[in-house]
Amino acid sequence: MNIAKVLDAKGLACPMPVVRARKTIKEMEAGEVLEIQTTDKGSVADLSAWAKSGGHEMIDQKEEAGVFTFWIKKG
Amino acid sequence: MAVTPLTAGDIAKKVIRKEPFFILDVRNEDAFKDWKIEGESVQHLNIPYFDLLDGVEHILEQLPTDRPVVVVCAKEGSSIMVADMLSEEGRDVHYLKGGMKAWSEHLEPVKVGDLKEGGAIYQFVRIGKGCLSYMIVSEGEAAIVDATRMTDVFTSFADELGVKITNVLDTHLHADHISGGRQIAEQAGGTYWLPPKDAAEVTFAYEPLEEGRVITVGKSKIDIQPIYSPGHTIGSTSFIVDGAYLLSGDILFIDSIGRPDLAGLAEDWVGDLRVTLYERYRALAEELIVLPAHFMIIEELNEDGSVSEKLGTLFAKNHGLNIADEKEFRKLVTDNLPPQPNAYQEIRQTNMGKITPDIDAQREMEIGPNRCAVR
Repeated sequence: MNIAKVLDAKGLACPMPVVRARKTIKEMEAGEVLEIQTTDKGSVADLSAWAKSGGHEMIDQKEEAGVFTFWIKKG
Repeated sequence: MAVTPLTAGDIAKKVIRKEPFFILDVRNEDAFKDWKIEGESVQHLNIPYFDLLDGVEHILEQLPTDRPVVVVCAKEGSSIMVADMLSEEGRDVHYLKGGMKAWSEHLEPVKVGDLKEGGAIYQFVRIGKGCLSYMIVSEGEAAIVDATRMTDVFTSFADELGVKITNVLDTHLHADHISGGRQIAEQAGGTYWLPPKDAAEVTFAYEPLEEGRVITVGKSKIDIQPIYSPGHTIGSTSFIVDGAYLLSGDILFIDSIGRPDLAGLAEDWVGDLRVTLYERYRALAEELIVLPAHFMIIEELNEDGSVSEKLGTLFAKNHGLNIADEKEFRKLVTDNLPPQPNAYQEIRQTNMGKITPDIDAQREMEIGPNRCAVR
């Protein structure tokens, strides 16, 4: 996987993980992958819904020791 | 323009008084579809906050100006952001303090009635989640039934009334919410009662709720009489309080009946449910006021926000009590089961004392609507 950028949004509460993700992905090229790490449980459903709404693709996600990691391909 | 917070209590009062207001719910669409603030006087618009990050101008037309607008999200962060944006566009708006988390945890106490020899019975309406708890008070003592995990609401209420909590009861092992019963009993030095058939796997000491073991509140004769009424769970027990009130747990609701599948298989317990509703409850006085452990829809609330109805009226009007054919009853109960409540297995384990999740995890487990009934 070609990860173009990594965004550390750990410790941030809603809406900040999505706000930061949106800002970061704006600076990227279509097809590039953004990796995001969060700790806010609400971000799991919200990042998926936001990606879908923005035309991006949620490639994969995982949870490990309370940290959620997402890989989103810019659409 | 101003942004002012409203508490879950403020919103609960608006719902009960049927005051018109408008909710802009900025959670994602799935969360909104699953569970929202409901009421006869409530209008909704759902637009996720991430679709409003570029501005709110395009939704201004959809927001009324003749009633309060309340922005709602899961925990409040996004609703404050959107409320600020609306305010900059010249709108007066509110946001729900603490978000749906606070809504889920809010308890509205309502007095149901006085007891014959002094004392009173109170209902605690968890309006966002549909749970109902009870406090029976007499001569300086209190008994609590089906307490939620917001234990401080019950203990402060008892303090305000100047009564000591002596007995804490659960009608059954709950699968939809975490019980505060054991904790309240421990803190107050009271006795915690559970139906033994639901408590086979619990990791703590309790007193078994059995027919014939009458629990007394205060010195006078305020009795809590256990009636074994299986069907929602194998141990489900109802209580007749002061000869006047029937606390029906999750067996009988105002507009629906209990579901038999949350602790086992629907097919196994549907027969018990039938016998409880059609034989055991039939044998009780029709004048009893039924006080259930849940409501499902806001229409079940009375004018004062309480949830109660005469047993005789329910026998006449509740569809679940009026299915003469046993096969048809079986079909209704086993074919119409709603989705199971969020995390219901983990909630049962917590109520058995097998796992001890932290407060955030407990909140997360209880997210979503109540789903204990079949209609």
